[in-house]
Amino acid sequence: METMMILLIGVLVSVATYLILSKNVIRVILGTAILSHAVHLLILTIAGVKKGNVPLLKEAESPYTDALPQALILTAIVISFAVTAFVLVLAFRIYQTSKSDDFESLRGQKYE
Amino acid sequence: MKTNDVILKTVTKVVVFIILTMAVYLFFSGHYSPGGGFIGGLVLASAIVLMYLAAGIEIVHKGMPFDFKIIAAIGVLLATGTGFASVLFGQDFLTQAAIAVHFPLIGEKELASVVLFEAGVTLTVVGVVVTIILNISEGGE
Amino acid sequence: MTIHVAIILPFLMAFIISIINKKFTKIHIGWLALTVPIIVFIILARLIPIIASGNPYTHTYQWIPSLDINFTTYLDGLSMIFGLLISGIGSLVVLYSIFYLSSKESLQHFYCYLLLFMGAMLGVVFSDNLMVLYAFWELTSVSSFLLISFWHHRKASRAGAQKSMLITVTGGVSMLVGFIMLHMMTDSYSVHEIIHQIEHISEHELFIPAMILILLGAFTKSAQFPFHIWLPDAMEAPTPVSAYLHSATMVKAGIYLVARLSPIFGGEMLWFWIVTTVGLITLFWGSFNAVKQTDLKALLAFSTVSQLGLIMSLVGMGSVAYALDFEADTVIYTQATFAALFHLINHSTFKGALFMMVGIVDHEVGTRDIRRLGGLMSIMPLTFTVAVIGSLSMAGMPPFNGFLSKELFFAAVLHIKDLNLFSISSVGILFPVIAWIASVFTFIYCMIIIFKAFLGRPLIQKVERPVHEAPFPLLVAPFILCIMVISLFFFPNTLGKYILKPAMVSIYPNLAPAQKLTPEIHAWHGINTEILMTIAVILIGTILYRLLGKWMGIYRFYPPNWSLNALYVNVISGSESLSNKVTNSYMTGLLRHYAFYIYSFFIFSVGVFFFYSGAFSFSTENNASIEWYEWILIGVMLLAAISILFVKSRITAVILNGVLGFGVTFFFVLFRAPDLALTQLVVESVTTVLFLLCFYYLPEWSTEKLSISTKISNSIISITVGALVVVISLAVLNFDKFERISKYFEDAYNLAGGANIVNTILGDFRGFDTMLEVVVLFIAGLGVYTLIKFKAKKGGTDFED
Repeated sequence: METMMILLIGVLVSVATYLILSKNVIRVILGTAILSHAVHLLILTIAGVKKGNVPLLKEAESPYTDALPQALILTAIVISFAVTAFVLVLAFRIYQTSKSDDFESLRGQKYE
Repeated sequence: MKTNDVILKTVTKVVVFIILTMAVYLFFSGHYSPGGGFIGGLVLASAIVLMYLAAGIEIVHKGMPFDFKIIAAIGVLLATGTGFASVLFGQDFLTQAAIAVHFPLIGEKELASVVLFEAGVTLTVVGVVVTIILNISEGGE
Repeated sequence: MTIHVAIILPFLMAFIISIINKKFTKIHIGWLALTVPIIVFIILARLIPIIASGNPYTHTYQWIPSLDINFTTYLDGLSMIFGLLISGIGSLVVLYSIFYLSSKESLQHFYCYLLLFMGAMLGVVFSDNLMVLYAFWELTSVSSFLLISFWHHRKASRAGAQKSMLITVTGGVSMLVGFIMLHMMTDSYSVHEIIHQIEHISEHELFIPAMILILLGAFTKSAQFPFHIWLPDAMEAPTPVSAYLHSATMVKAGIYLVARLSPIFGGEMLWFWIVTTVGLITLFWGSFNAVKQTDLKALLAFSTVSQLGLIMSLVGMGSVAYALDFEADTVIYTQATFAALFHLINHSTFKGALFMMVGIVDHEVGTRDIRRLGGLMSIMPLTFTVAVIGSLSMAGMPPFNGFLSKELFFAAVLHIKDLNLFSISSVGILFPVIAWIASVFTFIYCMIIIFKAFLGRPLIQKVERPVHEAPFPLLVAPFILCIMVISLFFFPNTLGKYILKPAMVSIYPNLAPAQKLTPEIHAWHGINTEILMTIAVILIGTILYRLLGKWMGIYRFYPPNWSLNALYVNVISGSESLSNKVTNSYMTGLLRHYAFYIYSFFIFSVGVFFFYSGAFSFSTENNASIEWYEWILIGVMLLAAISILFVKSRITAVILNGVLGFGVTFFFVLFRAPDLALTQLVVESVTTVLFLLCFYYLPEWSTEKLSISTKISNSIISITVGALVVVISLAVLNFDKFERISKYFEDAYNLAGGANIVNTILGDFRGFDTMLEVVVLFIAGLGVYTLIKFKAKKGGTDFED
């Protein structure tokens, strides 16, 4: 299971990287979103899967699944949501002011 | 971005209350079973967003004349405030306390300061999510 | 405790001054600032008797105990001298500045920076911990930078500020390295603890490097040759600043450091030679260059350089006493240090007065160029008095305090000449010779101040506005200094007993019981070599001054392209253009390129290290079993991920991203993480809504027209990154050298009163993270709001470059 998961994560990371390297703003943002999916899965997988019960003391018996990575991921999900929202708005504001969603034409005059 | 759709409107009227109840449940149950400030806040926010989608901004705004930025700010204040409160009592920053208090009518209840902290988190999440979505939907003007 | 207050008080007042705003414009802010140095001076003055009786005063605040960094203040005789100078001269300078700077200047900034400097400087001299000392040391550089560039609209001010900053901070950083080396040797940052370990470390291989690095810091700060070039340029600062920072206090921090660390390094031959030689060269070079200056302030700057060299060389000569066993005649050599401390005080008094005098001339006449000045004596008699007293004291004439310390200086070089140690005696004769030549030049430039500016033909017609004597308040501070100049001549031994003696004890802790550490100072020793040297200085100096025009030509022999200044300018402009070229070559403004660099670096560094260290391991032994529905889920996600790359429509892409997100949710469920699954479910929905909302405003994406080579390089990079992640993750999976810490959290019910472990971690154990996370969320929300609501006004400034 873990090995398969890691292979899946590897593919997700590759896809995300390819998207981040492209010129289109939306593709880059999608890339970061997929990257965060990959990282969340990675943290959880590395901690070991199916090694215990739900980490709820009243409803399950020991051994419990490692709860620390779960707390980390919960934080990460919310932060990545906030960041995605911010860059999305940034992208469309850039489009509104400069009428372009292409990084090549957003470089500024200094480089032309 | 206004969708005037009879089915959506009718369903929303029922569903919103279910979602709101669920949000409150998730919020309070968080310390013992799945749930907590973040999830509660997110669910609450999605209920509010659903209302906006169904009824339109003006109507919802009449019913809930809040500025969601302010709500988010209050949330942050509450979350950091509980941290400083423990400093006032001579504890380390953000030390949470739980005490059993005897109420006149309902008997022994546990009062945990973490609830205040979680409430702050919830308010922030609700405020921020709704602010973001509302602003984006108005953004093109 | 009191000393901590003394350090913090200026910072506090700097803060207050910076926020009180201009509501109190009727009262000059300077009066408020003036209270600080006066209070500090009183605090310190009250402690003089305690310190004089030999009880250093120390107090510690734990700051970063894990790194051995504590805010320890230590007040002994040596710190006391500097503390009194900083607060005493500080009071006079602030008083002077109140009348010197008009209310139209941005006084808030001025006094804020000045107080910042005052606090930092007090921190330098009162800190026992080297790290704290270093922090304050750099703060003095920063505040000096701010003060030099006070008139920042002038190019010369900015250039001077930059120069001083670059030079002093470079020295400061090397000093920091030296301090760290000291810590490596002794395991302590406390100066006093290090002094006690001196026998153990003097043979250490880092001992000499540490010494040289620390000296570099001291020399750059105290404007010693060849780093003195920043000081003349620093004269672009307002005159009160020059009087305070660049003659009386900050430039003496280097001397303080050398004196403070003398017990550690003093016995070393290299220390003696470096400190003394650099000091003597600076002494000569400063006085030699001062003579050719035409700007009065530049002249004073070079004279300051030269006097600092004098003090530095004296400290160096005094250090031989550490190398000698304690005997009666060892005391002779400690007198050099005594002379250094005495001259330190004297220099602050007469140079302060002279700077203020130049400020007054500049203020009233409108120029400081001696070619345009002359005959001011009859117009400004009081200012002239200040100039005469200051100059004669600097030249070492009686009846002024400069005479006494100059005599002591001559005595010191004459003593050292015959010392049979460190192979001094072979070149010993050079010490008095250089000292004497430098004194002649000093005499000449002092005469230039008096005669060229104040006597001779009045050249007033060249100046536009009518000239008159300075207003009385402006003269108060220089006159107080002049009174000190004279009274120190008549009563030097009072100073010696209460101020200098405890300082000597703290510099020579091992010689402490010796009563002879502080000799009686006498104005008249009878006819001896020193007095003959002084008479010769006067005679030769007068002759040379009369013949000034005949030999000024020698300054033209020195090619300007070879000067240290030209070197500095070349290095700065060269490195600027080089770094511009380098930066422009890779900063293309294209995100793709930057991401490319980052990924390449990641692949290279992590990958190479990973395989080099042989960390790879792979086994499927501990893997959990895999069910058929999990196979399906993985397959769906793989398909979704890969097809995102090829879809034509952005809506499809976002929906595929949603598929990935919900796939992740399912995995959270499968991996026993209900909280995560709930959160991910809602967040994924909201994110998809967000994407769709934004698409309303964004154009449909067009198929990317990338060249084949770009596509190939992108693919290679992304596949390598993915592969690297896989390989490293597999290795990490089989790594179990450390115990898991999660057991601790399973006691959540007792520790935090909750049954949901994840939730207790968020709310309780790691509440701080959650709090900051909430703040991040809030900031992102505000960011979105401001981005949308606050659009640039039409016709507003366009910030694109």
